[in-house]
Amino acid sequence: MTAARLVLEDGAVFPGESFGAAVSSAGEVVFNTAMTGYTESLTDPSYAGQILAMTWPLVGNYGVPPHLLENGIQKFFESNQIWVKGLVVSEYSQQYSHWNAVESLSQWMEREGIPAISGIDTRALTKRLRERGTMLGKIVVDDPAGKPQDVEFYDPGKVNLIAQCSCTEITEFKPEQPSGARIVLIDCGAKNNILRSLLRRGATVIRVPWNFDVTTIDYDGLMISNGPGDPQMAEETVENIKKAFEKNKPIFGICMGNQLLARAAGATTYRMRYGHRGHNQPVILQGTHQTWITSQNHGYAVDPLRLSDDWEPSYINLNDGTCEGIAHKSKPFSSVQFHPEASGGPRDAGVLFDRFLDSIRRQ
Amino acid sequence: MNEEFKATNGSGYNTSRAGARTGSPAMGAQLAANSLSKVLLLGSGALKIGEAGEFDYSGSQALKALREEGIHTVLINPNIATVQTSQGVADTVYFLPVTPEYVEQVIQKERPDGILLSFGGQTALNCGVALYKNGTLDRYGVRVLGTPVEAIINTEDRDLFVKKLSEIGVHTIKSEAVENIEDAVKAAEEVGYPVIIRAAYTLGGQGSAFCDNEEELRLHAANALAFSNQILVEKSLRGWKEIEYEVVRDRFDNCITVCNMENFDPLGIHTGESIVVAPSQTLTDTEYHKLRELAIKIVRHVGIIGECNVQYALDPNSEDYRVIEVNARLSRSSALASKATGYPLAFVAAKLAMGYNLYELKNSVTQTTSAFFEPALDYCVVKIPRWDLSKFKGVSKQIGSSMKSVGEVMAIGRSFEEAIQKGLRMIGQGMHGFVANHELKFENLDDALVHPTDSRIFAVAKAFHQGYSVDKIHELTSIDKWFLYKLESIYNVHRAIDEYHNFKDIPSDLLLTAKKKGFSDFQIGRLVTHGQTDPEDAMLEARAERKRRGINPFVKQIDTLAAEFPAKTNYLYLTYHATEHDVEFHKDRRSVIVLGSGAYRIGSSVEFDWCCVGAIKTIQAEGYRGVMINCNPETVSTDYDMCDRLYFDELSLEAVLDIAEFEAPKGVVVSMGGQIPNNLAMRLHAQNVPILGTTPESIDSAEDRHLFSALCDKMGVDQPRWRELTSMDEIYDFADEVGFPLMVRPSYVLSGAAMNVVSNKSELNHFLTLAANVSQKHPVVVSEFIVDAKEIEFDAVAQNGEIVAYAISEHVEFAGVHSGDATIVFPPQKLYVETIRRIKKIARKVAQALDISGPFNMQLLARDNDIKVIECNLRASRSFPFVSKVLKIDLIELATKVILGIPVEKPNRSAFDLDYVGIKAPQFSFSRLAKADPVLGVEMASTGEVGCLGEDFYEAILKSMLATGYRIPTQKKILLSSGPSKAKAELLPICRQLIKNGFTLYGTRGTTAYLLEHEVPAIAVGWPDELTSRGNAAPNPDSSMLINALDLIRNGEVDLVVNIPKNLSSTELSADYDIRRAAIDYNVPLLTNVRLSTAFLQAVCRRLADAPIQIKSWKEY
Repeated sequence: MTAARLVLEDGAVFPGESFGAAVSSAGEVVFNTAMTGYTESLTDPSYAGQILAMTWPLVGNYGVPPHLLENGIQKFFESNQIWVKGLVVSEYSQQYSHWNAVESLSQWMEREGIPAISGIDTRALTKRLRERGTMLGKIVVDDPAGKPQDVEFYDPGKVNLIAQCSCTEITEFKPEQPSGARIVLIDCGAKNNILRSLLRRGATVIRVPWNFDVTTIDYDGLMISNGPGDPQMAEETVENIKKAFEKNKPIFGICMGNQLLARAAGATTYRMRYGHRGHNQPVILQGTHQTWITSQNHGYAVDPLRLSDDWEPSYINLNDGTCEGIAHKSKPFSSVQFHPEASGGPRDAGVLFDRFLDSIRRQ
Repeated sequence: MNEEFKATNGSGYNTSRAGARTGSPAMGAQLAANSLSKVLLLGSGALKIGEAGEFDYSGSQALKALREEGIHTVLINPNIATVQTSQGVADTVYFLPVTPEYVEQVIQKERPDGILLSFGGQTALNCGVALYKNGTLDRYGVRVLGTPVEAIINTEDRDLFVKKLSEIGVHTIKSEAVENIEDAVKAAEEVGYPVIIRAAYTLGGQGSAFCDNEEELRLHAANALAFSNQILVEKSLRGWKEIEYEVVRDRFDNCITVCNMENFDPLGIHTGESIVVAPSQTLTDTEYHKLRELAIKIVRHVGIIGECNVQYALDPNSEDYRVIEVNARLSRSSALASKATGYPLAFVAAKLAMGYNLYELKNSVTQTTSAFFEPALDYCVVKIPRWDLSKFKGVSKQIGSSMKSVGEVMAIGRSFEEAIQKGLRMIGQGMHGFVANHELKFENLDDALVHPTDSRIFAVAKAFHQGYSVDKIHELTSIDKWFLYKLESIYNVHRAIDEYHNFKDIPSDLLLTAKKKGFSDFQIGRLVTHGQTDPEDAMLEARAERKRRGINPFVKQIDTLAAEFPAKTNYLYLTYHATEHDVEFHKDRRSVIVLGSGAYRIGSSVEFDWCCVGAIKTIQAEGYRGVMINCNPETVSTDYDMCDRLYFDELSLEAVLDIAEFEAPKGVVVSMGGQIPNNLAMRLHAQNVPILGTTPESIDSAEDRHLFSALCDKMGVDQPRWRELTSMDEIYDFADEVGFPLMVRPSYVLSGAAMNVVSNKSELNHFLTLAANVSQKHPVVVSEFIVDAKEIEFDAVAQNGEIVAYAISEHVEFAGVHSGDATIVFPPQKLYVETIRRIKKIARKVAQALDISGPFNMQLLARDNDIKVIECNLRASRSFPFVSKVLKIDLIELATKVILGIPVEKPNRSAFDLDYVGIKAPQFSFSRLAKADPVLGVEMASTGEVGCLGEDFYEAILKSMLATGYRIPTQKKILLSSGPSKAKAELLPICRQLIKNGFTLYGTRGTTAYLLEHEVPAIAVGWPDELTSRGNAAPNPDSSMLINALDLIRNGEVDLVVNIPKNLSSTELSADYDIRRAAIDYNVPLLTNVRLSTAFLQAVCRRLADAPIQIKSWKEY
């Protein structure tokens, strides 16, 4: 058993044991309260640059599924690689059991070169992050001689993570049963399930890089994906979205897409103390009794105060009142902070994809 | 919005929606305020297998939710020992049977606006559906709140249920509803064996069974048809995973799933019989959310408003699933889910029934966030059932699709290993965890793994011990390998510790790993000392060693949100997977710890929970902090609202010591939770933990048979003669001295019940050679058994040795029926004044001699004013809630004050002032326990009780017996077999009265002859084993071709069976047994005691002669 420790920038040290790759790694430490879905979380590009701590203590139970492609997309993962810089758990299940598993979590992380640490009081860690805010940290793993291989702290807030996670080329994805709708997906680090959700509903998806000028191609609807980090890093995208407003084609944004759309609509974004990461975030559509439990993963939020008059906030978070979505008052432009594509997490909001495609159909 | 949060996580956005709080003037609240002023809630009655303490918790929560709205609450529940029937919970309480007849009369009198059906289990639901169907609710304009009755019917009737779910493309188990055996056979052929059959409209899977072939099907189908006129034949999915979701929906279609749970035991074992883990451990995100999405879809389609449970079977090799059932009410699982997550399901369901929106309500743990959310757990919960099968003669230990367990525990840890080992200790059957137990013998280990029994988990331990691989155990049990790997890791740590012979040599790493894997100090002590040291000493040594190394548990909170938000929660548990405490400790000696009662079991259930809750309330009222330790999810005492701190953890010496060290309390109360805390008194005292109330030394003097006997002798208090003996010769000598019958209590039991009464030498030999063992190492306690003696309960509170308040009650049955199974009358109706005077004198002496400060109970025998003490417990007893509520003096409040050292006045009200009678009657669950002999004896067999009030003895006994499932024999046909000649003579007067009242009496041969001889007309029937005929010829007592007794019962041709067993030992399987068992299996009320039969039938005759039944609430008496 190789010793490791989680070191935080405030000086706290949590000793534990290494699993996954026996290398040290640094990033921003965040916590997620979901009780399932480690394969989905680890491959979610929105976690790029972050060390992910799971508050649910038992991780690795059902192993890792095979890497199979379906419609050119990884069937069981949200992208082609693990994006987190490290994983922190209370207890790692050495043995896994599931009909669809082909390897253990540790084996997979080792192959991908990502370290993980177990034996951490993740509840104590979570309380610390809750009270002091998300902070930098590193997993420092002992070398075979038993000496800690220290690394520098790394601040992902200083780099353009969106550019790192986005595709670099335009790719077209065709559904099995095309309905005719052509959707351009701005890839800020898109989860595969956004693609799957559109394809399943018969849309053809043209995935474009984060800074691609979408007005240069023809489409029926524009989708702005989720993505990591600070929306201020993607001013180019915001400018492109502003241009897209002119086309009057339906626009739908998710997570980072919500923040970029909001910025294009005049609002500001801010860094939250510790964000929303989990599968149990309650939201309500303002002016209605309609509520959903949603899957979320964001450290920045929209402050809708300066939204231009044509826009209004739509969803709000029932726990803390933060803005969970915006909508144009007359045009088919809207976005949500949460993840209607789920994977992982609850699927309550999946109907938003239907509504987006309906708005295209009505055009 | 939450200002505090705004300052911490984001600037937020202030919405126009004013922070919706409970009771805020939002739409839901207006609806409630405008139209509801009085609401009736139906309770679940006596605790029985399949319907236990969880409904006290659900009902109490619902009543709290209603009262918060200013709604006048009316409760019908004959279960007098519950918290919900206590002062201050409901506004008006009726201790009446939850049957359509009685509920209608209460409705007529109270005229409620609304009725809640989903908080009292299947009993309340069935009663409500009946009232709906017969038009009563309509007639009195009573609105069903929450889930509409139509929706309930759609979930209860399997046929409708399958149809309803197939409308939305949800897969159910292919099921054929049939109404007779031939159709059942046909249906089984269609779906293919193995099949499962179940009876519609029953609780806890009653009448359900797996059938591998036609023969089994015919047998089980006949049985199931006795409980319901509809049975269902389904394809068996044995080996699939069983997963449950608890879903909440409001009338605006907002839905959440509060919790999911996974059964450790695969499908085939009733969820009440299964070890259950929350949340699911082996499901991927896709599986979890696929089933969650379906659950919500189902609940919306069915139209639930409130709480609902959805059970699935999930293929272990694909994502294929079936919906097993939907329970449109609060259930055992929902109580468990509430306790597992901290989400108050019943409270919220009640609010939703009043019309609230889910999102208007607040998360009652954080007090700031919304109740519309799904709890995130950061700990693992394991529920383990508690069986008491050894209490019953003839019951199979196998568990399956029908429920047999009588209680459960819930264990919390931050690993599965930690939780399951805690849980296996909590069930309190002498096990210390998964390993390091006394050796269990399995005749055929593979068989024990394939055919689950109440001890299968220990068969798994044995299998590891014998070198079985996880794969092999999985093959035999179908238990998911993930669970088995975890159990294997416990086993491996056990092996590692077993290598050491000295505590000092164990590496700290290993010691910490062991603690993280849930090893108790006792287990570690036993392993290291290899049984060479007294286990208690070994435990203390192990404890000292780990403390020296700084290995201590940490206290963590259950906060519903995995620490995402600050929470003011006082709901706590201990874990070794931690490096810091979540809470601070006051250590100011202003906290008082109350030890709870642990798993409900035969002999200890809701009554002790009532005592604990009462004690905590008084502790708080007196300005102390009340700290509760308990591990039973079915209780009100483990509702974190009830106390200042709740430690949901073990009631073991180790855990209590740890908690006492953290809290540094004023002291610990050990006299409220029954025998478990009582047994800890001396051991805690020895570790310098302050025990409040009566001293541990005194407790020990009452508990220790020899000490207590010596004390009695000194005081001149009489006891039945007894001796502790170690050889058969000594026993024969003692028998010669005192004569038969004798009560025999072996200290080592091979099989069956531990206590027995023997009437002669051959029975004595039989018992002590076949069922038990007598030797130097295993002494036997033999006592004189006094026949035809009255048994008396003395419940009291004393302060500094002086009795402050007391209640004397008498048993209807003569001594020989366990006090927990007896029918108890208070105030006593047939005791001599002289007897009472003598009892008081004895009690005064005992209280003084033991310097009692707190509650105590004595059981006494009286024959001709000759009084003997048979038992003395220096703690609250089973009858405390009953006598407190009948007397309207809260003995627990009084006792708690005494325990806290507060001087109390003697209440100026005595039992002699009562102009009404209370009767406590036992509830049996024999119908759940296939093959058990339903006869009363010295071992307790009842699972619950009721207590009803009446103007006189007869009214009270009728109400209380109707409340436990007896029915007035309206066909007026009774089958008698009256046993020994003495019983025949004793029953003669009531038989005459029955004939006068137009009854037809059927009797077995001897009984009929006796009756005819005494000019009481009776029709002879044949014994079960006789060759008999169903011919049309008039029955003739001289003919050998009589109607068979069993046919009469099976065909429902009698509506009561009175069967008095021939001897006291109740061991032999006989024709008598066949009659008794048939009565149970075919749901015909059965009486087996002469005095109780007489009392009941006298009450029946009076009722049939139009004696009134008063519909009076508790406060009207």
